[in-house]
Amino acid sequence: MAENIIKTPMTMIQALRSAMDVMLEKDEQVVVFGQDVGYFGGVFRCTEGLQKKYGTSRVFDTPISEGGIVGVAIGMGAYGLRPCIEIQFADYIYPAYDQIVSEAARLRFRSAGDFTAPITIRTPCGGGIYGGQTHSQSPEAVFAHVCGLRTVMPSNPYDAKGLLISSIENDDPVIFLEPKRLYNGPFDGHHDKPVVPWSQNPLGEVPEGYYTVPLDKAAIFRPGKQLTVLAYGTMVWVCEAAARETGIDVEIIDLRSLWPLDLETIVASVKKTGRCVVVHEATRTCGFGAELVSLVQEHCFYHLEAPIERVTGWDTPYPHAQEWAYFPGPARVGAAFKRAVEA
Amino acid sequence: MSKGEPLRLHVPEPTGRPGCNTDFSYLRLSPAGAVRRPEVDVTPMETRDLAYSLISVLDADGNAVGPWAPQIDIELVRKGLRAMMKTRIFDSRMLMAQRQKKMSFYMQSLGEEAIGTAQALALNVDDMCFPTYRQQSILIVRDYPLVDMICQLMSNERDPLKGRQLPVMYSVKKAGFFSISGNLATQYIQAVGWGMASAIKGDTKIASAWIGDGATAEADFDTALTFAHVYRAPVILNVVNNQWAISTFQAIAGGEDTTFAARGVGCGIASLRVDGNDFLAVYAASCWAAERARRNLGPCLIEWVTYRAGPHSTSDDPSKYRPADDWSHFPLGDPIARLKQYLIKAGAWSEQEHEETQKRLEAEVLTAQKEAEQYGTMASGHTFSPAEMFDGIYKELPEHLRVQRQQLGI
Repeated sequence: MAENIIKTPMTMIQALRSAMDVMLEKDEQVVVFGQDVGYFGGVFRCTEGLQKKYGTSRVFDTPISEGGIVGVAIGMGAYGLRPCIEIQFADYIYPAYDQIVSEAARLRFRSAGDFTAPITIRTPCGGGIYGGQTHSQSPEAVFAHVCGLRTVMPSNPYDAKGLLISSIENDDPVIFLEPKRLYNGPFDGHHDKPVVPWSQNPLGEVPEGYYTVPLDKAAIFRPGKQLTVLAYGTMVWVCEAAARETGIDVEIIDLRSLWPLDLETIVASVKKTGRCVVVHEATRTCGFGAELVSLVQEHCFYHLEAPIERVTGWDTPYPHAQEWAYFPGPARVGAAFKRAVEA
Repeated sequence: MSKGEPLRLHVPEPTGRPGCNTDFSYLRLSPAGAVRRPEVDVTPMETRDLAYSLISVLDADGNAVGPWAPQIDIELVRKGLRAMMKTRIFDSRMLMAQRQKKMSFYMQSLGEEAIGTAQALALNVDDMCFPTYRQQSILIVRDYPLVDMICQLMSNERDPLKGRQLPVMYSVKKAGFFSISGNLATQYIQAVGWGMASAIKGDTKIASAWIGDGATAEADFDTALTFAHVYRAPVILNVVNNQWAISTFQAIAGGEDTTFAARGVGCGIASLRVDGNDFLAVYAASCWAAERARRNLGPCLIEWVTYRAGPHSTSDDPSKYRPADDWSHFPLGDPIARLKQYLIKAGAWSEQEHEETQKRLEAEVLTAQKEAEQYGTMASGHTFSPAEMFDGIYKELPEHLRVQRQQLGI
């Protein structure tokens, strides 16, 4: 990063808004819409002020219809626009599943490039906020499984803005999952401690203007020698806390792009450490972790010193009262780190 | 309090089943010329009566009557008849080719040729149609080369879609024909989005959405109506009511004691119900709806009342669920026969010209088929390379797909 770029402290919410602001300004084909996104500025304030600045034909409210929101975005994409749309909670994306899987993901392939769907679907995901069953889910695996989609999840304001700009500019359909637990500050799983705002974290320093963070590129969030940890979203911060608390020198890889992913960075790290733990909030069985375990096993078998561990949400619907027994916090993650290095 | 009778589940049934004639009195017909023609800026509420009646122009004797009789150049009508004939000949030829295993699958549009043809003639070529798998007449009247269509059907080395798609699922952007999907109704809401995009950009193009009677039961149908109404999208929402969804009669889709046009009115959309086998009525109603959309007056829903004369697809045998001679009893007849009668009466067509045109179009289709077969058929195994399977999923080939392609040995 060049020294002369002016950075401003931003929360993830402000960073995402800034990304949309930059793209609305830069590319007149960009449109932003979704439920409560227009006048009100979004239930999480991610689109605040954008309608006033760009007008109702660029930023607008929609009926409560996820299939409709995604369906019209696909039609607009076919026309030549570049919609960046919002589904209020990832838990409510399922009515749009047909449009996402059967249409957006397949349009380029089935029309041999005659039509494309250059759309970005932003949706807040993840738990840790007492959101219960329908405000906490992490459905990334159901999208990572779909050929033709890109699935992306940032873990901090800097990446959130850069990845969202990259996603909007990308000509493939992107599922952009935003961990709402990280909207206002990093969260390491210690729910009993006060939240530290992004303003006290270097990753909350975000350039005002245009920049990108490339898709398909993981970030080494914490370099280490003893153990490779594959994580994304909120779990990156939980893993860092677990590393601190166990004293194990883990290398935390923040995948950022879930699929297609940065296999090279993963393989290089596991070959170096010989051990691997995969961590995600989503339920375990057939979760995205299974694919990560499989890839590591396939590419790093002769370098592995221990079985690959998975720390995930339980195979249950996301509970309300039992939030912290469900959420894979630093204690559970740390225990897995210990098992992995002691094996 | 009345004494509770046991409740009964109502499951609609068609009146006609194999060996027993259909009673078509459920159709809510109106005499030709009887239905009023409002101004294009009519409020949706004021179209309520139109949604429950039937706009027809051609009477039983082949005269164009009433307020919907269009001002149309007779050459355009002749072009329309030829395109309808060509569509039917094409369908019957492709059906044969499917039986000869030159392609895996086919779907005819027998009896529905007027709808796509006449609407396409009422639109501009840069108005985007979002068709289902039964609007091949749009491509044909827009003069898309038959050879290219057949190459798609045969998934051969010249298939514009590189063998990736089931036959009939054409995609022709330059002919304003959106990529067909196997998933029903999905394109209906996409058409609304395309129209919204045109409005956002201050363009003058409009969208034409297509759906069958059965698929109106999909959620995307209702969603499309809601969005089209909310944003006053410049879109023509076509519902082709051919009475059948594979084996299921339109009453099971929700058509009993109501009309599909009425759904439009309920959503605040101007709605018409039109004789789908009356080329002139289709043209007139399509022009009306197109003008309404172009003048920013909002969307229009049109229910086209027609009959699916052929099997649902080459995998279907309608004699298992409906009377074998059902089409011959359908009160709205055959769109080609009706327009032919009109043109002859107008002195712009003759039996002789009809016969000559038929022969010429048959030869044209046959020539196109022979040319297409030179590039291979499913039977001959000349298809696109398997390497194509990995391409175009993403804009750029990602690493995992490069590896998988390599694993296939390509």
